[in-house]
Amino acid sequence: MSRYAAMFDRLATANEAAFGGFLMLGHPDPARCSALLDVLVEGGADMVEVGIPFSDPVADGPVIAAAAKHALEAGLRTADCLSMIADFRARHPDIPVGILTYANIVVARGRDDFCAELAQAGADSLLIADVPSIEAQPWAEAAIAAGIDPVLIAAPTTPPPALETIALLGRGYTYCVARLGVTGSGIAPTMGHRLLFADLDRLGAPPPVLGFGISSPAHVAAAVASGAAGVISGSALVERAMLPDGPGQVRAFCAAMKAATRRS
Amino acid sequence: MRLTGRFGKYGGCYVPEILLPALEQLEAAFLDSEEDAAFRIELDELLTNYAGRPTPLTRCRNLGRNIYLKREDLLHGGAHKTNQVLAQAMLAKRMGKTRLIAETGAGQHGVATAMAGALFGFETQIYMGIDDIERQALNVYRMRLMGAEVIPVTSGDRTLKDAVNEALRDWAASFEQTHYILGTAAGPHPFPLMVRQFQRVIGKEARAQILAAEGRLPDAVIACVGGGSNAIGLFADFVGDEGVELIGVEAAGKGLDGGEHGATLQRGTPGILHGSETLILQDADGQVSDSWSVSAGLDYPAVGPEHAHLMDIGRATYVGCTDEDALAAFKALSRREGIIPALESAHAVAEALRIAEQQPEAVLVVGLSGRGDKDMGQVQKLLEVTA
Repeated sequence: MSRYAAMFDRLATANEAAFGGFLMLGHPDPARCSALLDVLVEGGADMVEVGIPFSDPVADGPVIAAAAKHALEAGLRTADCLSMIADFRARHPDIPVGILTYANIVVARGRDDFCAELAQAGADSLLIADVPSIEAQPWAEAAIAAGIDPVLIAAPTTPPPALETIALLGRGYTYCVARLGVTGSGIAPTMGHRLLFADLDRLGAPPPVLGFGISSPAHVAAAVASGAAGVISGSALVERAMLPDGPGQVRAFCAAMKAATRRS
Repeated sequence: MRLTGRFGKYGGCYVPEILLPALEQLEAAFLDSEEDAAFRIELDELLTNYAGRPTPLTRCRNLGRNIYLKREDLLHGGAHKTNQVLAQAMLAKRMGKTRLIAETGAGQHGVATAMAGALFGFETQIYMGIDDIERQALNVYRMRLMGAEVIPVTSGDRTLKDAVNEALRDWAASFEQTHYILGTAAGPHPFPLMVRQFQRVIGKEARAQILAAEGRLPDAVIACVGGGSNAIGLFADFVGDEGVELIGVEAAGKGLDGGEHGATLQRGTPGILHGSETLILQDADGQVSDSWSVSAGLDYPAVGPEHAHLMDIGRATYVGCTDEDALAAFKALSRREGIIPALESAHAVAEALRIAEQQPEAVLVVGLSGRGDKDMGQVQKLLEVTA
């Protein structure tokens, strides 16, 4: 059973949704980043998402884009990211690890080789922010062949044929977006998701996990109440990671967010 | 999508899923417009009476009697950008949008978009790198005069590519009311196809004009390539003419063997940037490199996917022209023909002069994509003009 499936099973029994925490690899620096990934887990994150930085991250808002730029300017290479993932996997054998990156990072190593390297490092899934459903098939096939779950994005504005593709190709979970735009904690999730979740369920898509703008326990509770199998918080964590008391802030934030995933 | 947006192995539509509905709507509006006589009539009327088409094909008198210049510099706005911006603004109206956004480097595309915004009554915002805003103060003022707001881009490397990133981010949140007028034949499908179709008027006119002037097709058609919109517009109607050589001229900057150039087709490697699979200046990890050119319009680390394809199949040839050679051609055209070209266009002129020296009998059509007014400040610093 995949780590995602095992996690969702465990959470269903406990009557909880998943809390996923995102950090940009190499940010604020490689050592602190590795320590913060552990803090995510200690704080209560059920799954961890990490970004492999790209120079031109068009799906990201200012916080995550700046974190990527910072990591690259400090000299971070894709190979360093793969080592950090492997190290995390050695410390946490059961926590699902998802990779968020951009197509050009994958192309640079070759689709098949990149996916094989991810699998070897112990990653579970790959979301490529600029590969939409209409382009996704060869990318999803390469991931699956390497034993990596391809994760696709769905929004309430996604037309039905695209949802069918997302349901067909996606594995692990479905990354649902809570609003239009880019990643960032400044703008709250605004869209109703009940219909999207129902459509995805009917189409047999992997469990829906809501992201983009999830930055308070109230957002988490609302998402869980509308049927989300989990939530992912990114920019809010990346902002806290840079604070002088980063680890303490990240731990407290994760604990508060995780608490809101419990269905009463 | 009705089409794949592929040019051989290049092209495609690599955007966040959130943006797909915007591109699908745009593709539908564009393909419908191609079948719509009323759209064509309105666009032709605008191109004729607002923009000043057809533009002349000028035979050089002093630099070579077989060099013909396709004079997009005489178009309203001062460059070929106007052709496709008017058409995209009409599509935006048809789609019921109320706001236009665009990226700009040197400011020519921003000026064209500001023009269309004023003409059609759109709210208009232009993303521009903060350093370019300082360097191109005159174009910034032109945009503001026509009612556009210029938004400084401070993210990434603060260049044209970052202005594209910011425009795409804006569009992902705003596409329900906003149309993004991408400025070149690059980006996600349908932009490369659509921009080519709206720019092919350049080559269509030039082909008829050279046939009228010479009674035969030219030996070569030459245009500068940054993103590649003026070149693809000039090439499109000649692609089927096997005897006509198509030559794209990239910015060789300070030399092709150093790191300071914009020669994506000659030095780039395959990758995906700004929605398109194409050739890119990048490192081994896929991080996009800075490009360089004396001309801001050629200073872009990717290129339109159709050019990558035309090179792949051997139909077009791409060469480099250094900053130095472009400046020499700029000076020569100004002094010998009384035409001040844009620095971008001077790259194409330089290649034409090189060919004419070796083959004076060759009939050459050169895309003079824009005029040099915007470059006066920069050129004053770079050139010692002697009396």
